[in-house]
Amino acid sequence: MIVLDGVRKAFNQGKPNEFWAIRGIDLEIELGRVTVLQGPSGSGKTTLLTLIGCLARPTAGRVRLGGRDISGLPERFLTEIRRNSFGFVFQQFHLIKGVSVLDNVVLPGLPTGRRRRELTDRAHALLSRLTLADKAASNAEWLSGGEAQRVAIARALINEPEVVIADEPTANLDSSLTEAFLAIVAALKAEGRTVLMTSHDPLIYRAEMVDRVLSMRDGRLVSQAP
Amino acid sequence: MTDWVEKQRNILDFTLSSLRRRKGRHLGMLAVYAAIVFLLASVMLFSHAIKREAAIVLADAPEIVVQRMVAGRHDLIPGAYADRLTGIRGVAAVTPRLWGYYYDAALAANYTILVPTDQAVPAGSVVIGGGVARARGAGVGDTLSFRGYGGEQFFFTVAEVLPHASELVAADLFLIAETEYRAMLGIDDGAYTDIAVSVRNPREVVTVANKIIAALPDTRVILREEILRTYDALFDWREGLMLVLLTGAVLAFAIFAGDKASGLSAEERREIGLLKAVGWETTDVIAMKVWEGAAVSLAAFLAGYLLAYLHVFHFSGALFEPVLKGWAVLYPEFRPAAFVDVFQVLTLFFFTVFPYTVATIVPIWRAAIIDPDAIMRS
Repeated sequence: MIVLDGVRKAFNQGKPNEFWAIRGIDLEIELGRVTVLQGPSGSGKTTLLTLIGCLARPTAGRVRLGGRDISGLPERFLTEIRRNSFGFVFQQFHLIKGVSVLDNVVLPGLPTGRRRRELTDRAHALLSRLTLADKAASNAEWLSGGEAQRVAIARALINEPEVVIADEPTANLDSSLTEAFLAIVAALKAEGRTVLMTSHDPLIYRAEMVDRVLSMRDGRLVSQAP
Repeated sequence: MTDWVEKQRNILDFTLSSLRRRKGRHLGMLAVYAAIVFLLASVMLFSHAIKREAAIVLADAPEIVVQRMVAGRHDLIPGAYADRLTGIRGVAAVTPRLWGYYYDAALAANYTILVPTDQAVPAGSVVIGGGVARARGAGVGDTLSFRGYGGEQFFFTVAEVLPHASELVAADLFLIAETEYRAMLGIDDGAYTDIAVSVRNPREVVTVANKIIAALPDTRVILREEILRTYDALFDWREGLMLVLLTGAVLAFAIFAGDKASGLSAEERREIGLLKAVGWETTDVIAMKVWEGAAVSLAAFLAGYLLAYLHVFHFSGALFEPVLKGWAVLYPEFRPAAFVDVFQVLTLFFFTVFPYTVATIVPIWRAAIIDPDAIMRS
């Protein structure tokens, strides 16, 4: 269970341009389910994802993962939790250009101290599963949008995280690629992984496998369904 | 521990594969870095080699040279002084020597004229050093003419050109017979330039020298060890001068390296943000940048040192010859014996890698502390 308790997040606090992106959120997210955050731009969806994914600390309030308060941990411990518990699929995918797909996929595993062979075996298995086996040696910039997204998903799964966080994962994809993405999400859910996404796309938040949709506006939760 | 080693190997692997991506930038840095190492290593290798060469050559020089002084200046020494030196206990051999300088106005060069003590040059013949042969365009069998002190011409047939191996000290040599030496330079019979003295027990050189000064108060003694020390001091000074001048280049390089390291492109900053977001710690990013610096440093050091080695030992240090050998018209042409001193390599490594590391560490740290959530906001 991921629990948020009175979470608030300010940027540039104490400065003239202080901005409160999250203005008090209490939330419980069950593990093993697919949750979608939706809302207009600037509503705080992405900031909330960064707080849950240990990419940033809340200004106030607490974030608990599996009963452990992770909101006040030093960077080193946050990094370890982020590396082992979360996999990220970014909106622009952010694959590193000039290096191979395989090198991109193993990236989160490099600082874990796992053997290179073990990491590449796992990466090859993930790429095969995502029908990208023949792209392992290709450079990341040579991929199509759909391929780049699947590589980003493989990268997110290399450390076998409990939770996959995806920020607007289908923003740059057409409907057929969005369907393909949803099929992958369904498979992740079937494996027991928690998937947390932000999206404007009705194809995503109305999808059958989505368990919960949270609507945000001005840094607050305004509704949730079901 | 194994995990740590694996982690460093993984980071190093990634660093090496990413180095290929910014070839232009890294090759530019590598070229400047290698040029700095090349300059410093050339100076160090050359001056070290020349000192070593001088020591090898001087190993055969007499332990003591006695010169007569008149009014504080070196004067001719009477042959009778040789007999008095022979009588001093501890002296093994005494050899009066004849040598001097000849100014060749046509070439504006000075030759060292010498009557050899270990070989007889027939009258009318001359043995010349490589520098003289090149300057005069002369070979064996050619005739050279010189003006004597009284204005008359002397003609010599070149009997031999001295071997290349001895060129460092023999480039300007001009060896002739004693009679012609005296006639050409106007030196009376029984007068000599100086007297070489060899000593039975090398540990008694200073004692014998003191006895000579006591017995012949109008003379000065020059010890071989002093000459060696003088050479060392001279070449150390020249090397130091060059290194001080090159310090400016090292500083400029450090500023250049610091500037390059701090001027991260938006793409590089995004990449570092991505690495942080997917679970790299600040120390991992620093490790990556340090490995990157180490790879560039090592490659530049090896390339620069190798080029310097070729420059000094295969091309006779052509770039620094005039400064490090000293001024001359007849430059010796010699190829120093290859020699690499481990301590010298370590010193050079320290003076090139250390400034680079210091100059880049702060920009690296600043790049590594990018917030991990920056990637979500880009």
